[in-house]
Amino acid sequence: MNRVLMAIFRKEMIQIFRDPQSLIIVLVMPLLMLFLYGYAINLDMKRIDIAIIDESRTPESRSLVAHVTAADFFHVTARDIPTTSIGELFNARTARCVLIIPGDYASGLAAGVDPQVQLVIDASDPNVAGFITSYVGEVAAKEGAPTASASPALEAAPSLFSVSPRIFYNPEMRSTVFYVPGLIALILGLITTVLTSIAIVRERETGTMEQILVSPARPRQIIMGKILPYTLIAFIDGLLILVVGSLWFNVPVKGSFLLVNLMMLIYILAGLSLGALISTRVKSQADAFMRAQAVTNLPTMMLSGFVFPVSSMPRMFQLVSAAVPATYFMQIIRGIILKGNTISDVLPQAGILLGMDILLVALSVRSFRVRLE
Amino acid sequence: MDPIVVRGLCKSYGKVQAVKDVSFSVTRGSIFGLIGPDGGGKTTLMRIIVSLLSFGSGEVFFQGRRVDREPDYVRAHVGYMPQRFSLYQDLTVEENLRFFGDLFEVPRAEVKARRERLYEFSGLAPFGTRRAGALSGGMKQKLALSCMLLHAPEVVVLDEPTFGVDPVSRADFWQILQSLRDQGITILVSTAYMDEALQCDRVALVYKGRILAADLPARLPDHFTDPLFLVDTDAPLAAYETISSSALCRECSLFGEGVHFTLAAGAAAEGVAELLKDRRASFRSIRPVPPGLEDLFLLLMKEEIL
Amino acid sequence: MSDWAVDVRDLTRVFGSFTAVDHVSFSVPRGEIFGFLGANGAGKTTTIRMLCGLLLPSEGNGTVSGYDIIRDYEKIKLRIGYMSQQFSLYEDLTARENLEFYGGIYGLTRRRIRERIAETLGSLGFSGHADTLAASFPTGWKQRLALGSALLHEPAIVFLDEPTSGVDPVSRRSFWLLIYRLAERGTTVFVTTHYMDEAEYCNRVAIMRQGRIVEIENPQRLKERYGAATMQDVFLKVVRGEGQ
Repeated sequence: MNRVLMAIFRKEMIQIFRDPQSLIIVLVMPLLMLFLYGYAINLDMKRIDIAIIDESRTPESRSLVAHVTAADFFHVTARDIPTTSIGELFNARTARCVLIIPGDYASGLAAGVDPQVQLVIDASDPNVAGFITSYVGEVAAKEGAPTASASPALEAAPSLFSVSPRIFYNPEMRSTVFYVPGLIALILGLITTVLTSIAIVRERETGTMEQILVSPARPRQIIMGKILPYTLIAFIDGLLILVVGSLWFNVPVKGSFLLVNLMMLIYILAGLSLGALISTRVKSQADAFMRAQAVTNLPTMMLSGFVFPVSSMPRMFQLVSAAVPATYFMQIIRGIILKGNTISDVLPQAGILLGMDILLVALSVRSFRVRLE
Repeated sequence: MDPIVVRGLCKSYGKVQAVKDVSFSVTRGSIFGLIGPDGGGKTTLMRIIVSLLSFGSGEVFFQGRRVDREPDYVRAHVGYMPQRFSLYQDLTVEENLRFFGDLFEVPRAEVKARRERLYEFSGLAPFGTRRAGALSGGMKQKLALSCMLLHAPEVVVLDEPTFGVDPVSRADFWQILQSLRDQGITILVSTAYMDEALQCDRVALVYKGRILAADLPARLPDHFTDPLFLVDTDAPLAAYETISSSALCRECSLFGEGVHFTLAAGAAAEGVAELLKDRRASFRSIRPVPPGLEDLFLLLMKEEIL
Repeated sequence: MSDWAVDVRDLTRVFGSFTAVDHVSFSVPRGEIFGFLGANGAGKTTTIRMLCGLLLPSEGNGTVSGYDIIRDYEKIKLRIGYMSQQFSLYEDLTARENLEFYGGIYGLTRRRIRERIAETLGSLGFSGHADTLAASFPTGWKQRLALGSALLHEPAIVFLDEPTSGVDPVSRRSFWLLIYRLAERGTTVFVTTHYMDEAEYCNRVAIMRQGRIVEIENPQRLKERYGAATMQDVFLKVVRGEGQ
């Protein structure tokens, strides 16, 4: 029983490691994806080109400008241009927004009159427009506070937000801190299924399956013999992305590192067994690859809560989302890394994932064709 | 009961009948050959026997057990060599052998000894660390055979084991098969090479899913009842074209050595000689020859087509 | 132009310290059906590659279809047709489409392609099935179609690699009839095969062993000399170095 499984496992491992090209791709791709997604998704929220028109030119106005441009949210591309040229500015995409500080800014603040700081935004990308508005609004509000000594009314307006990236905890979108754990879930979800989806079909295509079928090997041994080696590989991948992602993007793991790994293991198994299931039913490797992609790419990217919050999806999509393993792992990994969740916190989701693992493996075994037709 | 028994076997793929009412049995310790061209149903037959394919009607017994009811038994006990090379190309000879030893759960105490013996038997010893994919065609076949023999099966099913292999390796391979047979192993083998039929104990000619004839290879040509003649010539084309259009001959087939023909009723070989001289088709002689398997196959095929 | 389809002297090819082909000389007249036999590694494939202009000899010289194998090897390629064991047909194209494809890659004009296709379909007996998918042809027809593809550009020499292996005896004979008629019209046919049955159909065969030609003779003569019933037996005796 075990001997057969070990034999298949060992054979698979030898084959994997004898194919250095594929191995390198499998190990390097996730890292590439990490950096690609990591930076690409963030791009818009950083270094937004801004033009500053400071008509006040007072220490107060300069202080406002300094605070606004302090974080690398903004990148100043123009200063003190005439307001009539704002249109051209936007057309040439030299800046996405313009901060206009009126001539009476300092005097207004001192007098306790709300200074009419203008923010002109190129709203052709409404998303960005929204962020810019809130960010600047908060800075300006806080900016009002230090001069409160001159206007007690303003001091009373509490600063609701602090200017730090954490303000922008609006699920799933605004900062690398929240990307990285999600990225791990995404990348692992994308590669695992593909890995095993071709594993079984390949043997059918090369003809070796015909030989193994006429032997005491049972379907469960053949399937587990395929899944286990890739578990190892995918786990190494996951570890790699976790370590690199957390160090490079500065996302420390708040909770237990061991727990993250354990959960990763359970999650990986889901993807791998899904791939195995696909593999039992397709006729060619190309077919297998396409189906694996179709079944994992979109759901994992769009429906798992990586980009868009599940709660804001239409009911039907939420139902689909509930069937996507990444959805649960997304919650688990974010919980552990960002909030320091413990095992009892993630138990429900972990349980669901484990259930999925068992179901998918069982289905694969059931679906495995023991005959050639 | 004979180790392999097939009775009234039929299998169709939709409208196409791949196997039509096939019956035969393979006695213990003998070599049974299925001879015939590609697409004739040999592979389908063999796959059915080792339980890889289902079938429509009939009965198939392996060591007395019904193949459709006890496929696991068949798969654990038969030695099967599929048509295409089915071993792991990127594993070494040694690794492939180890794999199959484990796959069939060959008792650990014996597996090493068996491996050694197979190494000697197959001549693969110096290639232990070579990748299977890097072996020559003949060596690949020997490796596949060795892997199959590791679990000491009593019944062995080989699908075109000499396909694409050079003649010397083919001859070697058949010697190996014969020594296996001498050890009491039951062998069912298929091939498209007619000359290999003579190396079998019993032969069935397979064409279009049917067995055209089955007998001892030496006796098969007896099924060819008419006297057969050979036109011995270095220019077979001219002779063939002359004879095939003549009413003197009933059957006429092209061969490398010339033309084989049978006479129509009332005709004589001398008449044919005259005809050839008339048409200036050169030849050295016309003489009777004993029919070979090829002649028989041609005859049976034509009857089948009709 | 000479009457020799192939005329080579002392053809030699060395790979590093290994001599694959060792001073091979032979001549093949036009219209002959010439078989090339040998065990794996005997030098068959290398010799054929040199004849096809795919490999330059280390030593020796000669002509193929009148063209020098060293200076004019590019021209040789245009005069050669090749039919491989795997039939090199596109299963999901029809017979006509396959022929059009090969006509295209040999650089024939569209008009010529159409003419040749009509001729080929006629001589192969395919006219009624020109628009059937190659996949639905029985094996015997597939190899005839493959032959047609190799002949579309009317080469002077056609190389056949195990053309009738696995094919039923009736189809094999209609194929060889085609070859005989082709040879009669002046096309030279080279056959390489492990299938000794095919060797019987050749006018002459060359048997290579360890880079040298050890026999070059008519198959029937060989059988007489070696006291063998089949070419298979002859081959085994020659390759094993047994006497006659």
